[in-house]
Amino acid sequence: MKVAALSGSNVGSKTRTAMNYTIKALTEKYPDTEVTLLDLAEYEIQFSDGRNYLEYQGDTGHVTKTIMEADAIIIGTPIFQASIPATLKNIFDLLPVNAFRDRIVSMLVTAGSQKHYLIAENQLKPILGYMKAQIVQTYVFIEEANFYRKELTNDDVLFRIERLVEDTVLLTETYAKIREEKEAEYDF
Amino acid sequence: MENYRIDQSKGLEFGIYTLGDHLANPLTGERISAEQRIHEIIEYAKLADQAGLDFFSVGESHQAYFATQAHAVVLSAIAQATEKIKIGSSSTIISTSDPVRVYENFATLDLISKGRAELIAGRASRIGLFDLLGYDVRDYEGLFEEKFDLLRKINEEEVVNWSGEYRAALNNAEIIPRPQNGSLPIWRAVGGTPASAIKAGYAGVPMFMAHLGGPASIFKRTIDAYREAASRGGFDPAQLPVATAGFFYAADTSQQALKDLYPHINEGMKKTNGQGFPKQHFAQGVDPHNIMNIGSPQEIIEKILYQHEQFGHQRYIAQIDFGGMPFDKLMKNIELIGSEILPAIKKYTAKKLEG
Repeated sequence: MKVAALSGSNVGSKTRTAMNYTIKALTEKYPDTEVTLLDLAEYEIQFSDGRNYLEYQGDTGHVTKTIMEADAIIIGTPIFQASIPATLKNIFDLLPVNAFRDRIVSMLVTAGSQKHYLIAENQLKPILGYMKAQIVQTYVFIEEANFYRKELTNDDVLFRIERLVEDTVLLTETYAKIREEKEAEYDF
Repeated sequence: MENYRIDQSKGLEFGIYTLGDHLANPLTGERISAEQRIHEIIEYAKLADQAGLDFFSVGESHQAYFATQAHAVVLSAIAQATEKIKIGSSSTIISTSDPVRVYENFATLDLISKGRAELIAGRASRIGLFDLLGYDVRDYEGLFEEKFDLLRKINEEEVVNWSGEYRAALNNAEIIPRPQNGSLPIWRAVGGTPASAIKAGYAGVPMFMAHLGGPASIFKRTIDAYREAASRGGFDPAQLPVATAGFFYAADTSQQALKDLYPHINEGMKKTNGQGFPKQHFAQGVDPHNIMNIGSPQEIIEKILYQHEQFGHQRYIAQIDFGGMPFDKLMKNIELIGSEILPAIKKYTAKKLEG
């Protein structure tokens, strides 16, 4: 199973910190998974100009192709100005309309305020749904108060991350199996 | 319709097109050489000519997994190898070419083929060629509209006075040689959506509409929008031909057709577009109202007649060779078209001459 772990911001450290915990939980529990971290802070990504994702070169090409080759994508995002950051929206814009068809997408959100809890529900899920993702419905929401010097200090958050990882793998495996059975019925 | 060399008394025209893709056969993993692929395309056109088909066209795509970048050159070999079949491009990306040179090529092609050449100009669905040829993709629309207008002007006037944004001005420029009858049929290539179709209609230009899959009713909306725009632009829609282009595959049964075709489409699209074709959508392709012409010869005849009833179009062209389809399968399809499908379609769509 190939997993792309996308850290959706090019500033700050909290989303990346939470993603590090997530990747650790994933590789410890499921050592056979092949995880690629895509931290947008480490890449120079161009804005989408409408071309096919295969035609982008350099970092942009690497990030889009890695996502398109993954069976599951775990998106980590902060909340800026009551929405997802532009860097993350740009990744969606770089991909084809049905990019997430037959792929599992799960979410982890970091935010400075509890007031942002429903932003993933109201703004991120509709985009993923439009792009045909199989969404892991429950996401992990982490407030700023749970971080201390690039570490997570709340056991509850760690438990929730563990469950997110399990749910992502479970849905990926289950969906692959259902799809295989359905496709076998077609006989072509 | 005579301007476009279409005689409706003979019924719906039937043709073949190739994008000139150069992909491995997914069943064997082997890819023939570019040389062999080009020769097979020429041979394919010869077979279509011998089977009595009306039209054969070749497209240009400037990227990996394609072999007919120089599509006008390939067409000129086809002109020499065939006798009656009309030949054209599907399509010529006018945005990234000089309309003068394109016209020179196609007028010459018309002379070589003795009046059989047509030009279908498009905007490109794969845009890698903008970088390759030194154009800015932000000018995507402006480049096409301006150069397409110039191309049509050259077709209408032998001596051209013109100035624009993307090309040096032409002052009393004589564009020669001229086609056999003075002008060429020039079409606008349109994707499935109404926006581009409306531009074609408003300018009174014949429309070539490509389609992947889905219900015929969606594409009828595009054709209706085209004709409505033509009326608003002061043109008679009855004088403007409409052509449709899409996947085709005939076999003994629809199940066999799906089986033969699917791996080629799915693997080919993965390579050229980065995403395969979902099986669920493909399975719906055999539905009588789905626009993909896949099935037994009888099912295909019924599908095409249904489309004709919905669209009232003048030409349908079939894409059979995508994704490394082996040549023996192409031969078999041409044979089924020539012996069973074409006669039935002609019989039921021929318009009685007035008077």
